[in-house]
Amino acid sequence: MLDIQDLHAKIGDKAILKGLNLNVKAGEVHAIMGPNGSGKSTLANVLAGRDGYEVTKGSVSYEGNDLLELAPEERAWAGVFLAFQYPVEIPGVNNVYLLKAAVNAVRKYRGESELDAVEFLGLIKEKMKIVKMKEDLLNRSVNEGFSGGEKKRNEIFQMSVLEPKLAILDETDSGLDIDALKIVSEGVNSLRNEERSIILVTHYQRLLDYIKPDHVHVLSNGKIIKSGGPELALELEEKGYDWIKEEAA
Amino acid sequence: MSPENMSDNIQNYISDFDQLKNDDWFSESRQSALNLFKETGFPNSRLENWKYTDVRPIKKKSFSNVTETAVSISTDEINAVRFDGLDCIEVVFINGVFSKEHSSLEGLDKGLVVENMLDALSNDQVLLAKHLTKYADDKVSPFTALNTAFIQNGTFIKVSANTVIEKPINILYLAKDSNGSLATHPRNLIVMGENSEATVIESYIGLDDANYFTNAVTEVALSPSAILKHYKIQQESLNAYHIGNLNVMQGKDSKLESHSISLGGALVRNDIHGQLAAEGAEIIMNGLYMTGDKQHVDNHTRVDHLKPRTLSTENYRGVLNGKSRAVFNGKVIVHKDAQKIEAHQNNANLLLSDDAEIDTKPELEIYADDVKCTHGATVGQLDQNMLFYLRSRAIDEETARSLLTYAFADELISNISFAPIRNRLERLVIGQLPDAALIREFTNEQT
Repeated sequence: MLDIQDLHAKIGDKAILKGLNLNVKAGEVHAIMGPNGSGKSTLANVLAGRDGYEVTKGSVSYEGNDLLELAPEERAWAGVFLAFQYPVEIPGVNNVYLLKAAVNAVRKYRGESELDAVEFLGLIKEKMKIVKMKEDLLNRSVNEGFSGGEKKRNEIFQMSVLEPKLAILDETDSGLDIDALKIVSEGVNSLRNEERSIILVTHYQRLLDYIKPDHVHVLSNGKIIKSGGPELALELEEKGYDWIKEEAA
Repeated sequence: MSPENMSDNIQNYISDFDQLKNDDWFSESRQSALNLFKETGFPNSRLENWKYTDVRPIKKKSFSNVTETAVSISTDEINAVRFDGLDCIEVVFINGVFSKEHSSLEGLDKGLVVENMLDALSNDQVLLAKHLTKYADDKVSPFTALNTAFIQNGTFIKVSANTVIEKPINILYLAKDSNGSLATHPRNLIVMGENSEATVIESYIGLDDANYFTNAVTEVALSPSAILKHYKIQQESLNAYHIGNLNVMQGKDSKLESHSISLGGALVRNDIHGQLAAEGAEIIMNGLYMTGDKQHVDNHTRVDHLKPRTLSTENYRGVLNGKSRAVFNGKVIVHKDAQKIEAHQNNANLLLSDDAEIDTKPELEIYADDVKCTHGATVGQLDQNMLFYLRSRAIDEETARSLLTYAFADELISNISFAPIRNRLERLVIGQLPDAALIREFTNEQT
């Protein structure tokens, strides 16, 4: 599904990723953990195609194609989804209409017929239940006036409607209280299947109490310095990041 | 008279003035306004107030101030620019001349007078003598003087005390087949009695792409506790020149809400002057200008806080494309002893091309010491975070850009509480965007 080789990326003159390797197979859930400033969000943004990040070395192959060649919307068409750490408020752009356009853009790319209003509403009614999305939020402008938790829920809701092949969740757990965390996690878990890969970028272990990863990686200073199973996350929770850094050094 | 002003076109205005001369009680005022205009001529860019706007294109051209033949406009053509499903009182002018046929002035509410200025001059002499030319100063702008010299057609509105007019009054100034040489000088006067309320829409619409000149002046008098919602929609032909002046005198606790939308015109200047002449008076000024090609649109506003506890709030937004140029100049003057006033002003601009240009200038003059004033101006491009968010949601870049441009402009429009006006303005704004059809379904309008 996704193969990252020796990825180097910088913002301005500052090198952030310094030789990152990661291989994600279809159906797997990978957690990328690491202290602040280790490059977690940079990785998420580079994969989604945000401007301002310069890849200086290495490659990212997605389903056998060069992901870095694609514009952000082309990545979305091809099934890549980024759940934002800070979902943007866009006054004047309606949530539902954005989502309908997104679904149809992806369908068009896949050569499927576009959904009409009725079919689309049928689709989202189902999905709304999964993240307990309130209907009035749906009809508002994108994220406008949403609470932190509502914004994150909206991300997962969009993800469940768009059904991506590769979902990257950037610190989706940050700023969530325990109830919201549970709802969001249930949403993510409901999307797990053999074809879909998920990358969870997170600082804390607690998200992994609810979403059980197949692999856990520790990112530090732009590189993955340790990989393991779910037990690695528990160890990190207990001992912090310093021991691994020392071990790696 | 200086040699500069003796050009033929001034002569042109003078001879047209003589041709149009009608002897009534107002003739003297017309004549002195013309004399004033003869003395000053058109403003030049050496004047601070006209620094960024060169009116030479208007000055150079010999416009005719006399509408010769009646142009016929079909009901369909008017329907196309009407508000959908809006039950309103309508006053229609075609090439500056009142059209009784297309206007709907029968059966007006008690306490409401709406008539053509020409009729008002004979029917309401006492009232007009009291108000006309009292709020728009001929000495401030030569264009105002020129307008006063040619006062004939226009709209006179009077709302009696304690009267609330529910139906909006929709004034349409339509231009068509003007052979590229017509100058019109619409003059409007709105007199609001104590504790009265009304909504007035002034639309200036070019139905073709002719080069004509509209020189409009509107005067408003608000008695204590009167509320006027005033909309100006400027959709002149892209080859037309438009000079518009709105002048308001406000009594105690009165409120003016002004929405000025400028979309058309090759050379446009909008002036608003609010005088908060008694305690508790409030003025709200919202403006949106969207320009492209080589359009030049200048918005000048001035608010005089003359008395304590007065309030002004101004929000103007601009979307500039092509090689267009816009000017925003917002002046707030807090007079001596006008304590405890509040004045807030903001001007935000979105530049969509490298060649577009904006000059934005807030001006504050404060002669009192206990006041609350804020002002800010921004000039920028589309928000990169929003753009990336939309693209990451499978929206192609071009559509995303249009959508965000619309959203920027709509922040002003979406606050308009009256749905038929809001909806029409939103459609107009969308229509200005390159991917209109593509983004229509994204907007909140349809939900």
